[in-house]
Amino acid sequence: MAWTRKILRVNLTEGTCVSEPLNMDWALKYLGQRGLGTKYLMEEIDPKVDPLSPDNKMIFATGPLTGTCASTAGRYSVITKGALTGAIACSNSGGYFGAELKFAGWDMIIFEGKSEKPVYLCIIDDKAELLSAEGLWGKSVWDTDAAIKAAHQEPMMHIAAIGVAGEKGNMYACIVNDLHRAAGRSGVGTVMGSKNLKAVAVRGTGGVSVEDFPAFMKSTEAGKRVLQENAVTGESLPAYGTQVLMNVINESGALPTRNFRDVQFESANDISAEAMAEPRRSDGKPNLLTNQACFSCTIACGRISQIDKDHFTVVNKPEYWGAEGGLEYEAAWALGAATGIKDLEALTYANYLCNEHGYDPISFGSTLAAAMDMYDEGILTKKDTGGVELKFGSAEMLAKMAELTGIMEGFGKELALGSKRLCEKYGRPELSMTVKGQEFPAYDPRGIQGMGLTYATSNRGACHLRSYTVSSEIFGIPEKTDPLSTDGKAGLVKAFQDATAAVDSAGLCVFTTFAWTLEDIAPQVDAACEGNWTADTLMEAGERIWNMERNFNLAAGFSGKDDELPKRLMKDAAKTGPAKGLTSGLDKMLPEYYEVRGWNTKGVPTEETLSRLGV
Amino acid sequence: MQKTLVIDPGKCTGCKQCELACSYIKEGSFNPSKSRIRVFDFHTEGRFVPYTCTQCDEAWCQQACPVDAITTDPVTGVKQVHDNLCVGCKVCTIACPFGTINYSVSTGKVVKCDHCGGDPECVKACPTQAILYSDVEQAGFDKMQQWAAKTDNAAPANSA
Repeated sequence: MAWTRKILRVNLTEGTCVSEPLNMDWALKYLGQRGLGTKYLMEEIDPKVDPLSPDNKMIFATGPLTGTCASTAGRYSVITKGALTGAIACSNSGGYFGAELKFAGWDMIIFEGKSEKPVYLCIIDDKAELLSAEGLWGKSVWDTDAAIKAAHQEPMMHIAAIGVAGEKGNMYACIVNDLHRAAGRSGVGTVMGSKNLKAVAVRGTGGVSVEDFPAFMKSTEAGKRVLQENAVTGESLPAYGTQVLMNVINESGALPTRNFRDVQFESANDISAEAMAEPRRSDGKPNLLTNQACFSCTIACGRISQIDKDHFTVVNKPEYWGAEGGLEYEAAWALGAATGIKDLEALTYANYLCNEHGYDPISFGSTLAAAMDMYDEGILTKKDTGGVELKFGSAEMLAKMAELTGIMEGFGKELALGSKRLCEKYGRPELSMTVKGQEFPAYDPRGIQGMGLTYATSNRGACHLRSYTVSSEIFGIPEKTDPLSTDGKAGLVKAFQDATAAVDSAGLCVFTTFAWTLEDIAPQVDAACEGNWTADTLMEAGERIWNMERNFNLAAGFSGKDDELPKRLMKDAAKTGPAKGLTSGLDKMLPEYYEVRGWNTKGVPTEETLSRLGV
Repeated sequence: MQKTLVIDPGKCTGCKQCELACSYIKEGSFNPSKSRIRVFDFHTEGRFVPYTCTQCDEAWCQQACPVDAITTDPVTGVKQVHDNLCVGCKVCTIACPFGTINYSVSTGKVVKCDHCGGDPECVKACPTQAILYSDVEQAGFDKMQQWAAKTDNAAPANSA
């Protein structure tokens, strides 16, 4: 019931949109969204395919709970072979777009082929058509959003679009929906651009049902109460957003600084949640205007900011004076601590540009940090950068580089390669802080050991959203483990990976897991969906999904050798803080991880494991 | 006692739980496009505003209805549409200055907020208490209190 049981198949080469029934056998094994989308991709493409070729497919997938009143149930994912990584990519986004797709009557959209000319997909309930985007090509995400709504006279439409970054092949281009929510990582926007698909616009006026309404209303209400009463989801996240982490992670000695040279940033407080809420000295107003919820979310961690009109980044640019999506922790870290920049307004401006032009702030900030590292070592010079000094700490430089990257000009084109390709190009691959080609997020594996294993084994390349062991290692959720120790981390990472895969696949937000366990989630899924959903069956579905993703990567050409961390984290010890003197203990954790996963010593799932899970 | 929905946009996060609760109770599924209460997103101002029928005393919709399909509950003051009488002419939707009575294609009738018969679902669903259901005569009390609090800091008129 929670599924609409309908898939929209869009062949961009032929220009056709066809409805087909959802494979319910798969839905009952893989749930929806991340799991089910990956199952379809697995069945339909050769994992060795060039991500940017017409043979790659791209799937927009909602979960069974998407569009319901379960808290945070508004999410969708974009699943494809990632442009940045060549691995399985699954980028999850909030906002309202996912729910709207469901209200239009679709569980999923599968895009295949490549359009000869730029197009956008317009869906109004069961009517779907490809329309010319020639007038939109070259426009920003924001202008595209406005132009499509105006053209259809549909202000209630929800739009997911790429900007110039996706059109021109920035390797970490995003798909941005609702102006500032993004399927952000792994270059899913790059894949969309390669297909000449500019946007997906949806208006849905149908309803989403669940199997057992009374049980669903009861279990979702109980879930909301748990979120409300929890200190993180009920107080910290609404008030401070994910930015509440900045000072905490810095104090834990796990805030990667200046391309992971340091593990603490001396100016962390200047770019923290607390700083965002404080009135500015310049104009007496705080950077943070208010918080915003995504669809159906009772946490509301989203930040809405306003930059000081007189700040150098926006002087004489009234288009940036209004309220816009503000800094989340990952973006503030990548644009700030990773580059050593403490100008909160400049970081906010760079974050706006990421949304406006559609590129991932984590990968951008990390790539810029690697470029700064090379500049500092004299490998890159002003001749390479178009005369700009790539100095750690320079806010002016950040603004300039964010602008150039957004429009793919000058040294921005080089930064758009991503850290791995850029560092290889200039002969210093070891300065790229990446796994499987994807830049690290904001937790140093020397200060939070579980995150090292998380990054190394993440199926989509370095990522914090595949197993957020920070919860356990720093916050003690669901139970405290020592962030400096490798003991028990293999099992911890596996548990987080499997549970997260289930949460994603249901259509819920992973931030609920600061308060919810699968015991809270299972009754909600079970009331909504056919099948028998308990904490155990959800966990098993998560493990099935994880192994399927692993199989995709193995078939794509990855191996256990790719489950590694850059030398800097393995050889250079943390210089300050609680982790002083420590490197990552990945060598100790990885073999144990393979064992708890039921994989052989080369990191390949055994026949026994696969048959147990029915992969 | 007559009660009214007291909406505080400053507390709204734009989550649409009110729309989900309303559409479920009224339409039997989660469907914001059929909700009697709507949340509007004024993006560049960073404001979210829930809006619905305020149950006017002398209601334009009621006065415009040619078949007397809209009546006033004598106790609660709520304006109710009687589906057995409504002919779907939509004159009320033109008459209402606020746009809060709407036509439904699926039923051929108009729909509007009726306070769920005295226990509004939107109020219960709102996670931030941006929508309250309280005594209509006390509706401004909170704001009055806020302004009163500000006067505490005013310096006495005769202080130097």
